[in-house]
Amino acid sequence: MTDEKRGGDGRFRTVDRMLIALMILPLLLCIALKVLYTPEGSGGVDIAGAMIFFEIPAPLQPLIITESQVNSWAIMLSLLALCLYLTHGLTQKAETRRQLIAEWIVEKCEHLVGENMGERYAGYEYLVAAIMGLSAFSSLSCLIGLFAPTGDVNVTAGWAILVFCLVTYTKLQGGFLNYLKGFTEPIPLFTPMNFISEFSLPVSMAFRHYGNVMSGAVISALIGTALRGLSRALLGAIPVIGNIPLLQIGLPAILSIYFDVFSGLMQAFIFAMLTMLNVSGSFPQEAWEKRQARKERRRQRTAAARA
Amino acid sequence: MVELAVGIMLGLCGLGAGIALIAGIGPGIGEGQAVAAACEAIGRQPEAKSDVTSTMIMGCAIAETTGLYGLIIGILLIFVAPGIFSGILKDTVMALK
Repeated sequence: MTDEKRGGDGRFRTVDRMLIALMILPLLLCIALKVLYTPEGSGGVDIAGAMIFFEIPAPLQPLIITESQVNSWAIMLSLLALCLYLTHGLTQKAETRRQLIAEWIVEKCEHLVGENMGERYAGYEYLVAAIMGLSAFSSLSCLIGLFAPTGDVNVTAGWAILVFCLVTYTKLQGGFLNYLKGFTEPIPLFTPMNFISEFSLPVSMAFRHYGNVMSGAVISALIGTALRGLSRALLGAIPVIGNIPLLQIGLPAILSIYFDVFSGLMQAFIFAMLTMLNVSGSFPQEAWEKRQARKERRRQRTAAARA
Repeated sequence: MVELAVGIMLGLCGLGAGIALIAGIGPGIGEGQAVAAACEAIGRQPEAKSDVTSTMIMGCAIAETTGLYGLIIGILLIFVAPGIFSGILKDTVMALK
């Protein structure tokens, strides 16, 4: 009854439950994996990279399946479930709250991409929204105790290589020779430097995101350990309370608002922003126009020859 | 002799981390200037506050990158490098024996 009052939700209740379960299950699975694989009695400063779950033998070198990979798969799955939950059973006129939320997200993304990239890149909002969502949820996943996949340089490097491929693809729109000529500008002496600046784009994008998330995690871990030591030194003499690290309660959470929530969301936005600006900024307008004009002329010539 | 080598290794790792964090000076100055300019802009044109603020935060986050490179190097030198170097040291000692 209450469901129907909220706007015709009654029909989808089973599907809703399934999708919400699909949203939560992968994350729970990750937590369970983490608990199972964490070695016992790890005290002290626990700063380590992603845990290695298992290795798959492969021709060149073993394929290593790490915590960051598994976590990012899980986050992808639960994001997919979230998107399905928000968008299933859409109606022409928005009736449910989740349809309004979905429409708001789509509108915002289209507006952002349209504002920053222009008309030409109409299909890019899906990519940008996907990168932003995955990055934001990956960074936020450390709030439930998982290892944030963005705190691993391999994950962000993968995204940065994707962006690099897109940038190269956009540059190739002006023709391959023109792309090669771009390296010798303004004078041929600059070619090595142009190569370096070409490859510094993915490196800087990967390291910016990874460095922010990882440094936040390291600082949080250091402060947590320091507070544990401090409470042991100050309250250790008291019989029962001494064993509980009382000072560790509260303060790390305040820091986590900055390091995990604000910094993570900010970096997601910046990564998406840089993707948009780099892709749309690398488009060779003049060369593309020249190429189109040449193609047009050729087409006219062949048409004339045929006639 | 091995103790001396381990001591030198750990000490130089710490020293290197400290030197790497000099990289924090640049972004500090740069971000300070950016915020100062943003304050000026808001003072001159208070109605553009939200635009100026969002642009400033974006620029600050990008300017932070160079400092983060130093921080990454420092963290790697403290938490990762000693393990690798001690492995190399162990191999060398075993080879000498």
